Amino acid sequence: MGIDLPLIWAVIIGFGLMMYVVMDGFDLGIGILFPFVRGREERDTMVNTVAPVWDGNETWLVLGGAGLYAAFPLAYAVVLSALYLPLVLMLAGLIWRGVAFEFRFKADEAHRPFWDKAFAWGSYIATFSQGVALGAFIEGFPVEGRAYAGGMLDWLSPFSLFTGVGLLAAYALLGSTWLIMKTEGELQRRMTALAKPVMLALLAAIAVVSLWTPLAHPAVAARWFSLPNLFFFSPVPVLVLLASWLLFRALDHGLHAAPFALALLLLFLGYTGLAISLWPNIIPGISIWDAAGPPQALGFTLVGALVIIPVILAYTAWSYYVFRGKVRPGEGYH
Amino acid sequence: MFGLTALELARIQFGFTVSFHIIFPAITIGLASYLAVLEGLWLWKKDAVYRDLYHFWSKIFAVNFAMGVVSGLVMAYQFGTNWSYFSDFAGAVTGPLLAYEVLTAFFLEAGFLGVMLFGWRKVGPGLHFFATIMVALGTLISATWILASNSWMQTPQGHAIIDGRVVPVDWLKVIFNPSFPYRLAHMTVAAYLATALFVGASGAWHLLKRHDTPAVRRMLSMAMWMLLLVAPLQIAIGDAHGLNTLAYQPAKIAAIEGHWRNVPGAGVPLILFGWPDMAAEVTRYAIEIPRLGSLILTRSLDGQFPGLSEFPPGDRPNATVVFWSFRVMVGLGFLMLLLGFWAAWARWRRRLYLSRPLLRFAVLMGPSGVIAILAGWYTTEIGRQPWVVYGVMRTEHAVSNHSALALSTTLVLFVVMYLIVFGTGVSYMLKLVAKGPQIHHEPEEEAKPTGTGRPARPMSAAPDQVDPAPSAPRRG
Ligand code: HDD
Ligand code: HEM
Ligand code: HEM
Repeated sequence: MGIDLPLIWAVIIGFGLMMYVVMDGFDLGIGILFPFVRGREERDTMVNTVAPVWDGNETWLVLGGAGLYAAFPLAYAVVLSALYLPLVLMLAGLIWRGVAFEFRFKADEAHRPFWDKAFAWGSYIATFSQGVALGAFIEGFPVEGRAYAGGMLDWLSPFSLFTGVGLLAAYALLGSTWLIMKTEGELQRRMTALAKPVMLALLAAIAVVSLWTPLAHPAVAARWFSLPNLFFFSPVPVLVLLASWLLFRALDHGLHAAPFALALLLLFLGYTGLAISLWPNIIPGISIWDAAGPPQALGFTLVGALVIIPVILAYTAWSYYVFRGKVRPGEGYH
Repeated sequence: MFGLTALELARIQFGFTVSFHIIFPAITIGLASYLAVLEGLWLWKKDAVYRDLYHFWSKIFAVNFAMGVVSGLVMAYQFGTNWSYFSDFAGAVTGPLLAYEVLTAFFLEAGFLGVMLFGWRKVGPGLHFFATIMVALGTLISATWILASNSWMQTPQGHAIIDGRVVPVDWLKVIFNPSFPYRLAHMTVAAYLATALFVGASGAWHLLKRHDTPAVRRMLSMAMWMLLLVAPLQIAIGDAHGLNTLAYQPAKIAAIEGHWRNVPGAGVPLILFGWPDMAAEVTRYAIEIPRLGSLILTRSLDGQFPGLSEFPPGDRPNATVVFWSFRVMVGLGFLMLLLGFWAAWARWRRRLYLSRPLLRFAVLMGPSGVIAILAGWYTTEIGRQPWVVYGVMRTEHAVSNHSALALSTTLVLFVVMYLIVFGTGVSYMLKLVAKGPQIHHEPEEEAKPTGTGRPARPMSAAPDQVDPAPSAPRRG
């Protein structure tokens, strides 16, 4: 048996989800920042910075779902039914905000504020539910046989509510730094001012989750705090601090692109920390090898994934390149 | 809720959400190809009418596409949330097919959509045309994969069942299962038909309102050519599809025909109308044409095919529903054919743009494509019950363990939300249609581009606002 298919698939799905978090993260972040910006032109500009790319960003979420379904049908079945309510809420949020991209430009003066609200509320609900789902996932759920055995509201806990709020801060940071990069003038100044408190909130959230998880889960504590793991993993928190410090300085110096790059790095590090804590379980207690589908399914899909994902990355990059540069008020839509 | 079981609620929820979803993809598939044709003609013939039509329909396409994406997102998660036993059982087949759809189709559509909708002045005409083609191609690839998946659930093959779960053995057999070619052809043509009817109705409506412009005439004319071409084709494909279904899902055909039992030695009549009564096992008030049923399905005057009574009661689909949904589809199909012929005849008499009865009929037929698609899917899906994977897994074993309370809560949420969101979206689409194609100005004719070479508000010749269209042309 040469290649470890479940392992490769876990990496691909992890990559897909990370792409989702950083890419849809900044466009959800724009919705989260909406209530802090009142001007109509500025709001248009904010939406126009992501209008050509948001659909592609969201497709990574579909890939995460479909990849999980293809490679780990058991995990797909268990996780999705355990997280039924938060996921339905997430979908509801994504629906409102997805159509608001189009509708707010088609609505008249009287209905426009409604679609602006739908855009902001949709982003809040989608992000918060994703955070809650993440927290519930870390905490784990009961499985009997091959099915979820818990109740409808098991996902609801102080910890999951907290991760929900934490994710709001994370996406807001991505959104504000993205706008620093893509806009100029007053809007850019506002975003620079907002980015700092948001970043502090995110740091606090990362700190709390980093303490809460090992305290509540001895296995996670053992993973991090045993030797030699401690050596390998200790760069993660150190890098988090370093990236935050650099981000602060970049904001102070009025740099345009660096804050976004550093925010991405920060999120990537947080994501890595989580992966370290959870590995190699795909549902807490069930490893990727136990949950994997038959090799015929994994192998067949892998061929396509390895060939096509690089092509996807290439044309996605091209599309971002076409829409590079600052977006000015009054431009961009259709 | 209303005494419904969790299974029934899960089915209603799936049926409700997928019924909304399929409407938008059908129009997306048709419009994407139509836009590619329009842009190609514009580049080739340099006739500004094609460019104006391209911009007009691409705005409607954008609204429709957004609704297709968000309603599809729900579908991708519903297999796991509502049908977790099905996902675990059959995920090794349906999962990879969905994953391939994401990889080869959804990314392609989404990746090039931005350039297609926002890049008219940011990339050259050749590249822009390429982006439009990629989006159109993506929609067709998407249909291919999802229909392979659905067809496998209808006529499964190429798998083994090991440890109580499906394992794909031969992927070519899984994908090219017996009903796949028919379903793919029938559905793709259905999408083209529905779009042609939509575009044609828009053109006819403007002509009736005496907004008689070259662009309006062109869109009616193109739509009527399309209809003339694909309506007969669809009927031929549907006929072949029916024969295939008879071979693999005879109970479905018996239910569609309202055919309960064979009389020894006699041909089967075609029941035009009637009321199949599941309890009494007869079709009441039947209006029949002798032997036509045999002729259509066996190609002989006294051929026989199984009646519904020959199947155990637990394996029978609901004949009352599929009998009628099938007749709605077929009836509309023949009306489409009629419209195609009528328009061709009027064109020949040089009255295509003038005949008001014809134009009214074309407007009336506008939604018929979408209705026929829904009726077709109801026939297909309800006709395969009680199986979710035909002959392999029953629907009742597929459903997740959610409580009726949880399912009714989310069902109410979906219903309220879909009606508001998609109701508004459809009304915006119709208002965009009502505004009609505008003359589009190229950059040279407009304000000079700003410093970085990025013009102000590309395509802003026509204001987007449509609610209520403040600048709607009031011609005629
Ligand atoms: C015959 C065509 C067809 C059928 C039967 C279905 N779809 Fe669909 N779907 C499409 C054709 C399509 C499309 C044309 O590719 C869409 C429509 C608009 C769009 O953006 O892409 C789409 C969008 C779409 C999306 C959003 C893609 C994105 O993010 O860009 C998802 C996740 C799904 N679909 C999933 C499904 C599932 C799980 C279905 C089965 C129940 C399904 N679709 C039936
Ligand atoms: C897109 C057009 C489609 C429509 C309008 C449609 C419609 C329906 C309806 C009305 C039902 C409920 C039938 C019943 O319970 O009596 C159903 C069930 C189902 N369909 Fe489809 N369907 C479509 C496509 C698909 C596709 C492409 C797939 C799979 C890839 C699929 C998979 C299912 C499943 C898993 C069920 C659940 C079993 C059930 O509810 O009975 N459907 N569909
Ligand atoms: C008038 C002649 C037509 C005939 C004889 C016909 C025949 C059929 C049959 C037998 C099925 C069920 C196949 C199965 O479940 O195995 C079907 C399904 C379907 N029909 Fe038709 N049809 C006709 C017209 C149309 C038209 C005009 C449309 C739409 C514009 C349409 C759209 C559909 C769709 C979307 C399905 C479900 C998908 C599928 O199973 O292919 N049909 N048709």
